Amino acid sequence: MAEAALTATAGATLAASVETPTARAIRRFKRRRGALLALAVIAIFVSAAALAPLISPYNPDLQTWTAVRKAPSALHWFGTDDVGRDVLARVIFGARASLLAGVISVAIALLVGVPVGLISGYLGGFIDALFSRITDALLACPFLILAIAFAAFLGPSLGNAMIAIGITTTPIFIRLTRGQVMAVKVEDYVEAARAVGNPHWRIALVHILPNILPALLVQATLSIAAAIIAEAALSFLGLGQQPPAPSWGSMLNAAQRFLVNAPWMAIWPGLAIFLTVLSFNLVGDGLRDALDPRSR
Amino acid sequence: MLTFVGRRLLQLIPTLFFVSVLIFSLQHLLPGDPALVMAGEERDPAAIEQIRQHYHLDRPLPVQYVYWVKGALSGDLGESMRLKEPVLSLIAKKLPVTITLASIAIVIALTIGIGAGIVSAVKKDSLWDYAANIFALWGISTPNFWLGIMLIFLFSVKLGWLPASGYVPLTEDWRASLATMIMPAFVLGNAIAAVLMRHTRSAMLHVLESDYIRTARAKGLLERSVIFKHALRNALTPVITLGALEFGTLLSGAVLTEQIFAVPGFGKLIVDAVFNRDYAVVQGVVLVTATAYMALNLLADMAYIMVNPRLRG
Repeated sequence: MAEAALTATAGATLAASVETPTARAIRRFKRRRGALLALAVIAIFVSAAALAPLISPYNPDLQTWTAVRKAPSALHWFGTDDVGRDVLARVIFGARASLLAGVISVAIALLVGVPVGLISGYLGGFIDALFSRITDALLACPFLILAIAFAAFLGPSLGNAMIAIGITTTPIFIRLTRGQVMAVKVEDYVEAARAVGNPHWRIALVHILPNILPALLVQATLSIAAAIIAEAALSFLGLGQQPPAPSWGSMLNAAQRFLVNAPWMAIWPGLAIFLTVLSFNLVGDGLRDALDPRSR
Repeated sequence: MLTFVGRRLLQLIPTLFFVSVLIFSLQHLLPGDPALVMAGEERDPAAIEQIRQHYHLDRPLPVQYVYWVKGALSGDLGESMRLKEPVLSLIAKKLPVTITLASIAIVIALTIGIGAGIVSAVKKDSLWDYAANIFALWGISTPNFWLGIMLIFLFSVKLGWLPASGYVPLTEDWRASLATMIMPAFVLGNAIAAVLMRHTRSAMLHVLESDYIRTARAKGLLERSVIFKHALRNALTPVITLGALEFGTLLSGAVLTEQIFAVPGFGKLIVDAVFNRDYAVVQGVVLVTATAYMALNLLADMAYIMVNPRLRG
């Protein structure tokens, strides 16, 4: 009994003196004020999206013909649009489309890209060559043009836009995972895991995957930023969220026609996209610096 | 160099094969009978039958693919359903507009991006460095369609200095042409300038720490000559390759920019085609952009070898 307690104390002392990589990364991340602020902005947008029905001042689809294109006022903080809908309400509800599109399309890319990259990098040989050429082919098509093509053929809707963006983002994750796996699989600890007779799947999932997670996390954060812009772009072109459901991209599309009389219609949704994307980029940059073992 | 180009060209063959399979399979994502969907408003059974014949939709998939690739290789990318014109000639008509726009955008991006990159590296941790980094962050985070709309609001609606949209060919009236092109080109170049700035900054910081720069300074050379003649030359090498990856951003960006400023280029062609369900045009544009993108990257790799004597075989 006493012996066990002694071991536990020794363990605790050791844990206190040797910082775990996660604790170190968190400590480093906390030092970056820009990234922390960005995290707060993301939290605000996420809460706004989640609590939209509770905090929105109006129904985002409610058309008020007596209040068409009204400038920002105490009644309508962000003004109203061309059919008298409250712009603030639409920006709040639009956060749902943008954030969902950002997260879901990157989730699709991760779910497809990571296993493919893991197999490709781990096995090598013919399978690797095949997957690599397919990845090259996907990367050879400019991101947005390919997303537009997919969205066009799948049909315009928010779900299809997410699939289109997800497919176009996938090759980045295949390539990243593959490269990381190839670097990690020659390490001694992987060799040791193989020597004690672990099966391949166990080596790949238990010994390699956790070591490439930091790189994936950074890329995923930056990809969410790119995916939010891509969703806004597709919605702007009419290929994403369909009207009257609000999305920042389609709001900008409508705003374009009323720049002379109602510039606020363009300012707020654009600012919302900018702030969200900027925040994800800042957090991504912050994570990269915090997780890089070479930097101090 | 020749063996390098040969090897790279050989590598392109499987990539091009998969690109063609990808683009070919797009039409099979269409819900229902592709012939019926591709016919659009057209309900005439004869016309639908003609589409089925033309695309060999009644044959097995691999056969359809072979027909499609054969056509594409001989320059037949199909015909626009809406404009009743071969896709290739449509693309050939629109391409010069986009190339002009993209060229001005590249000049803007290089000037701002490399300039800001040098300044921020040389004056590291100064106010200039912060300003340049904020500019880069702003550049990659601003959706270019929003930037475009805001520029139109400022320079066309409020100040009335520049036309909000339209296009005048360079050969017709270069002043009017530049007036219509400057805003879209800036919008297009802005995001790339940001990326180039980051690459230039990190490459310059790396080079400025090397021994030969210390030697050059120790010899008493002017700082200007150290930076431009000694450091920049070497720093620009990685910037070329990394910058070449931005061709894709340029082509993607052109779609939105042309849409906002009503520039009748390549990007507007694909958007119009999407809305008119002109699927052959969509496929043609993707195929041509992918091929162009690969060719540009190959050229960038060759340029990289040319400026870096150590890589010459």
